[in-house]
Amino acid sequence: MTKALPTLVGEVTAPPADASETPRRRMEGAVSPAPTVPLRALDQLWFQVSGTVCNLRCRHCFISCSPENHSFWFMSRKEVAEVLAESVEMGVKEYYFTGGEPFMNRDMLGILEDALALGPATVLTNATVLPQRTVDRLRELSEGSPYTLELRVSIDGVTAEMNDAIRGEGSFERALGAVSRLAEVGFLPIITTMRTWDDSATDAILGAFRELLAGVGYHRPRLKILPPLHIGAEAERTRGYAEVERVTHEMMAEYPAELLLCSGARLVTASGVWVCPILLDDLAAKAGDTLQEAVDAPARLEAQACYTCWVNGAICSNVSGFTDFS
Amino acid sequence: MTGVASASLTGIPDYGRVAVFGGIYSNHLALAAAIDDARGRSVDAILALGDLGAFGPNPDKVFPLLREHGIPVVRGNYDDSIARGLDDCQCGYTDPRDNHYARLSYRYTYQRTSAENRAWMAHFPDEIRFRLGGREVLAFHGSPRQTNEFLWESTTPTHFLDKLADDFRADILLGTHTGIHWTRRWAKGARRAGAGGVPDAPGTEPGRAWRTYVNVGALGRPANDGRTEVWYAVLDGSGDALDVAFVPVAYDHEALAEEMRSEELPEEFVQTILTGWWTTCLEILPGKERAVGRY
Repeated sequence: MTKALPTLVGEVTAPPADASETPRRRMEGAVSPAPTVPLRALDQLWFQVSGTVCNLRCRHCFISCSPENHSFWFMSRKEVAEVLAESVEMGVKEYYFTGGEPFMNRDMLGILEDALALGPATVLTNATVLPQRTVDRLRELSEGSPYTLELRVSIDGVTAEMNDAIRGEGSFERALGAVSRLAEVGFLPIITTMRTWDDSATDAILGAFRELLAGVGYHRPRLKILPPLHIGAEAERTRGYAEVERVTHEMMAEYPAELLLCSGARLVTASGVWVCPILLDDLAAKAGDTLQEAVDAPARLEAQACYTCWVNGAICSNVSGFTDFS
Repeated sequence: MTGVASASLTGIPDYGRVAVFGGIYSNHLALAAAIDDARGRSVDAILALGDLGAFGPNPDKVFPLLREHGIPVVRGNYDDSIARGLDDCQCGYTDPRDNHYARLSYRYTYQRTSAENRAWMAHFPDEIRFRLGGREVLAFHGSPRQTNEFLWESTTPTHFLDKLADDFRADILLGTHTGIHWTRRWAKGARRAGAGGVPDAPGTEPGRAWRTYVNVGALGRPANDGRTEVWYAVLDGSGDALDVAFVPVAYDHEALAEEMRSEELPEEFVQTILTGWWTTCLEILPGKERAVGRY
């Protein structure tokens, strides 16, 4: 929370004195300002706990995480604990941990221990660095808390060929191995997959996922499908947003703002607090240096990725958008 | 019922012991059994926290029981939908299978609820306030801020409850909506005590103020625990410490199952009544609650 702002890949190289001075906002100076969403209540507190550092370099990553992407750095257990303490008074309902790959953070298990003393915790993981000893410790942490510990495991296909083309060679087998270990000790991980197929294939893909997971001993799978976010690496893999894909005041006129994550969440990073986990590469989405500043600041729906949330709702929450938990 | 224990100067009733029913889901047989049971416990009042319809058969059968026994009802999301003729139950499912069953159930319930009963439901309040041994009580459906908010034991931090109690000015919070009963007690204002979290507070220390949340469970279907009984809560505020008891209600669940089949309700629903395990709506369960169920 105290580090200087990092250099953002492909973005500005120094923090602007004012958010309105970012290049993109200057460019759009002629159009009316984007609609804003005030924070209704801070229900979800997200932590960019491993920054943008990941052992994989997925071709669809909306913030282009990789082993070399140090734009955002790891958060220490102490840094997270300070924010957790602050969150207690704010009445936060859920904690989410993301990255990068959270389990590349050497403090991750300690961070989870601290979080689970206070409330429910969810970790978004690629599950490629979850050896048995980590899985065993996660089970201990889960059993030792009255709150739920959710593991959200990203797998982007029902075959190694399909998944590894996006997530990298060998990632399919390693993730499935971890799912098997998690199921073995009683977890019901939420398998998250980005929709890279035509809608008409969804039922077949879900069926294939259930079969695949049953084959590794996971018989009650909870499946979550995410829509693609056309930013970061995904913009290169498929396409960016079309100019019309933008949230306007008219679109928000009768829209229930509580469907959007930014109406009830903030993302804490080692370099400040953002309105949501999707817009990490967007300095205009930085809501403040401290949690209190970020709580007071409304979210501006000026990024085009906001359009995806407008269409699908708070896609980052555990239960939202499209899930198949049956 | 033995009547109101005493009335305060503000006109808000102050009870000694109350019975609180959660979602009824058209289970008129369980409702009748629970009313009998509660009356046998000499409660001063019975109240219901909404969701009269859904899931079960012949929704109109619960209304005469509620009226006959003078049971006030808080509006649930289902009641709101049925009363206003909305397109769906506002259950908030995202799983296609759950949405399928929710649509079947909602359409059936809407068609079988009389216009008179729908009109009655339109007048249900969003909350009911009363006192229990002098303590401020707020009864609602899901949460005091949102009718269809789920408050599960494993996803509801104590500091979050403390904030709700502050925001809505009550020391005892009563809800339902999830279908699984649980309770927690904590020291008032503990979230302001500083870092380190809010420990649960099982004991009673003289001079300290305590707060309590009770999810009273549901009469409509079992609690996903492999038992066929359904649950309600009895709160007794007559002593020094608030006493919360969850009461299992055995009823003729086989007769209900037969009635559901004769109404051609989904066999998955019938199986839940007969086995005590949820077969649908599983997506809403957090991992911890889901893991202890069968499906």
